[in-house]
Amino acid sequence: MATGTTIGKSAGPNTASRSFSARLLQGDQVAHAITFLAAATIMLITIMLVIVLWDKSVLPRAKFGLDFLVTKVWDPNAGQFGALPFVYGTLVTTAVSLAIGVPLGLGAAIFLAELAPPSISDSLTFVIELLAAVPSVIYGLLGIFVVVPFVRHPLAGWLEHTLGVLPLIGGIFKGPCYGVSFLAAGLVLAIMIVPFIVSVSREVLLAVPTDQREAALALGSTRWESTWKVVVPFALPGVLGSVFLAMARALGETMAVTMVVGNVVEIHSSLLAPGYSIAAVIANEFTEATGDLYLQALVELGLVLFLVTFILNGLARLMILFTASRGGTS
Amino acid sequence: MSGWAGTPHMRMRKGISFFFLGSTALCALVVVGVLFFILGYLVWNGGSSVNLNFFTKLPTPVGETGGGMANAIVGSMKLLFLASLIGIPLGVVGGIYMAEFSGKLSAFILQYTADLLNGVPSIVIGIFAYSIIVLRMKHFSAYAGGFALGIMMIPVTLRSTEQFLRDVPLSMREASMALGASKWKTIVSVVVPAAYRGILTAILLSMARVAGETAPLLFTALNNRFWSHGFNEPIASLPVVVYTYAISPYDDWHRQAWAAGLVLLGMVLLTNIIARGILSRGISAPR
Amino acid sequence: MKKLVTSLLVVAVGALFAVAVGAQGQLTGAGATFPNPIYSKWFDVYSKLKGVQINYQSVGSGAGIRQITAGTVDFGASDGPMTDEQIAAYEKDRGGAILHFPTVLGAVVPTYNIPGVDASLKFTQKAISDIYLGKITKWNDPEIAKSNAGVKLPADDIVVVHRSDGSGTTYIFTDFLSKVSPEWKQKVGRNTSVNWPVGLGGKGNEGVSGLVKQTPDAIGYVELIYALQNKLPFGDVQNKDGLFVRASLETTTAAAAGAAKNMPADFRVSITDSPGKTAYPISSFTWLLIPAKIPDAGKRTTLKDFVRWMLTDGQKDTEALYYAPLPKQVVQQELKAISKIQ
Repeated sequence: MATGTTIGKSAGPNTASRSFSARLLQGDQVAHAITFLAAATIMLITIMLVIVLWDKSVLPRAKFGLDFLVTKVWDPNAGQFGALPFVYGTLVTTAVSLAIGVPLGLGAAIFLAELAPPSISDSLTFVIELLAAVPSVIYGLLGIFVVVPFVRHPLAGWLEHTLGVLPLIGGIFKGPCYGVSFLAAGLVLAIMIVPFIVSVSREVLLAVPTDQREAALALGSTRWESTWKVVVPFALPGVLGSVFLAMARALGETMAVTMVVGNVVEIHSSLLAPGYSIAAVIANEFTEATGDLYLQALVELGLVLFLVTFILNGLARLMILFTASRGGTS
Repeated sequence: MSGWAGTPHMRMRKGISFFFLGSTALCALVVVGVLFFILGYLVWNGGSSVNLNFFTKLPTPVGETGGGMANAIVGSMKLLFLASLIGIPLGVVGGIYMAEFSGKLSAFILQYTADLLNGVPSIVIGIFAYSIIVLRMKHFSAYAGGFALGIMMIPVTLRSTEQFLRDVPLSMREASMALGASKWKTIVSVVVPAAYRGILTAILLSMARVAGETAPLLFTALNNRFWSHGFNEPIASLPVVVYTYAISPYDDWHRQAWAAGLVLLGMVLLTNIIARGILSRGISAPR
Repeated sequence: MKKLVTSLLVVAVGALFAVAVGAQGQLTGAGATFPNPIYSKWFDVYSKLKGVQINYQSVGSGAGIRQITAGTVDFGASDGPMTDEQIAAYEKDRGGAILHFPTVLGAVVPTYNIPGVDASLKFTQKAISDIYLGKITKWNDPEIAKSNAGVKLPADDIVVVHRSDGSGTTYIFTDFLSKVSPEWKQKVGRNTSVNWPVGLGGKGNEGVSGLVKQTPDAIGYVELIYALQNKLPFGDVQNKDGLFVRASLETTTAAAAGAAKNMPADFRVSITDSPGKTAYPISSFTWLLIPAKIPDAGKRTTLKDFVRWMLTDGQKDTEALYYAPLPKQVVQQELKAISKIQ
């Protein structure tokens, strides 16, 4: 603070420059004040956001307490509200999106960082990063007209007959499928998060010092072995960070999910079943929630979502920071 | 060495290496393929509906054909304009504060806050804007929608401005001050212009991002079948109209949804490409 | 170059603001999707006639009730009349009464998409309630088959579709189910939003018809016009007198015949499961929810004028869209009630 004072003081002793330096000081202070105001406004907005979420969910928090998170029933008529079906749906769709998106994204990132010549790598990365800019409603549009019919037929049937007959995990591929389902939502989300994973993972992979790779190769490992066993583990915190970022995006995604998940307040073990998510139920029911308890229960759902994404984002930043410092980049 | 390299074990390891590395190439291909698929699908389904009617007409009553999205296109522009009024000044000036004036603690707090805002699901921002604007004003409006979108622009413009300002070399600042310029004059005439490309890129990218947002508009700007006058009325926007038309049963509306999706995607992608173009040219310029 | 860009920007921004000047304020209404086809036609015609724009958003009856109670729209629309609690909440929050004005009569029909079945199926009251209760799960169930001899029903699972949003159409449908099925009445009840035993959710009449159209073996309940506009087959429903009746202008009007004579002063009445040989059992009025106290003189005049126009000229547009016009006695009663808007 107050860095302007050095200039003013050293500008000279006579009256003319003192008023000049006085004016300079004023200018700096004004600038400081204005920029501080902007920053303070941003802080204020964020604080207000949290306050509004907390304040406008007071009724259900008082009435249900922490039980809200584990109650299955969502019955506006009876005044019974529980977050479980939505939390379940949010978690399941996110998990599916990660299960598909992370291998896909990491694989592409490895290719772009390790194998592709720089010009191809740069242009392909550019194209992939464009995917991140596609509005979510367009993903939803394609979800309705491409993914959902595809899941309904032939994907669901195929999954039921192949993975569905396995012990243990078979149970998640059973049952009637109408197309709209956890799986459909997970697929659409996977495509949405892949650019984040590719973009960040590629950068952290590129940041791994070449001597690590060369050392592995010198010891006789194959290209893949040096990549998978040396480079990737080195970059792992950064990759994990990108996964957390992707997770945060998937958790909060509204439009793409509500258009393909089925909007059914139920908990099913099968991925082929329809379900709901926190963001989707808020979008569907917020404008019509009659009665304060109902509306505030929806706000409380928003609060829950906010807290979860907040924690995940924090973890992501830490992870990426950790890798950056290890990798030796600025 | 050659004998060792030719053993079956080594061949298997090499085979595995080839397989996995090949799969990574496949992954990259799939991901890139998806983007082209999306573009192609939109062009195929929406291309024919992007006609003059689409750009000039208002929506027709339900079930009648021949309507257009003129009000949604202008509506999106107006919302973007309002969002920029909030997102750009706050983000850029706040970024200047972070990079030039703040101490370590306040910089950290602001970074954290920006991250927080960035991570807030867009639907939750919609709840916030509804509570403090729509309920207070007692009506849905473009102001509320613009406010919600503006909040979403802040984190990107803030962090990017700060980053690009910090990247401006100390030598430039010191040179300016040595010539007698005050701190604020240095910032305005030297530092910001030097970081201008990066800041502009960030602005364009954040505008492109909020242009496609739907969820925060659902209960702030609502929608409008007519032209919205000024900013105090509910207003139509491309993403909301795409959503409404997509989930409807009318084939004509589906066609229009594809067309709108194509236009929206086209604008967003174009903005992104331009923004990155600006940035990459700036990086090669001498620093 | 910079000058050119700057001046272009100035012109563009100026153009955005230009739309701000001129034209009277719009009115905003929100609510039922059930009458959205006729409302959007009315508001379009009215705006061309009188130059006043009424922006109606079909966000669902539940949202209509909620937003008029919060005061964020100028009027609401709902197919389920507001309950006593909702009216009390409105009066508490807004400090005035809320008036119901019936606009048209409509019918809710069971629409379906069964591969290979083009015929109009006949549904008994038990069939519909049990399908929605989840007790009948296959299309070739005896309860359905016995009324449809001669139609080859597949042994497929029925995909039940209902509304995911707060809906007056749901209110009408569950009102009917509550009257014909004690089990439904006890387990689920009637409301704009209920705890559905089974089924997928679609947003709005549009979402339900869209979902049924795209999902084989689906059944959904939608307003008649949605089934017709989307060329979806829909079934006949058994009425109180035991006959299978197909929804149409005549049968909907017949359902309202009894109510017309005994219309309560606040116009809140249910006409589902009405007696009468030709009465369609899932019929209903749909209402505009207009505040009794409107401080803004311009808005008040516009709304009163619109209601008057709607009750006289507007009624002529209803039949083309398969909504039955209001019975004459109801129109007369409503014209008198307009004076309550102050």
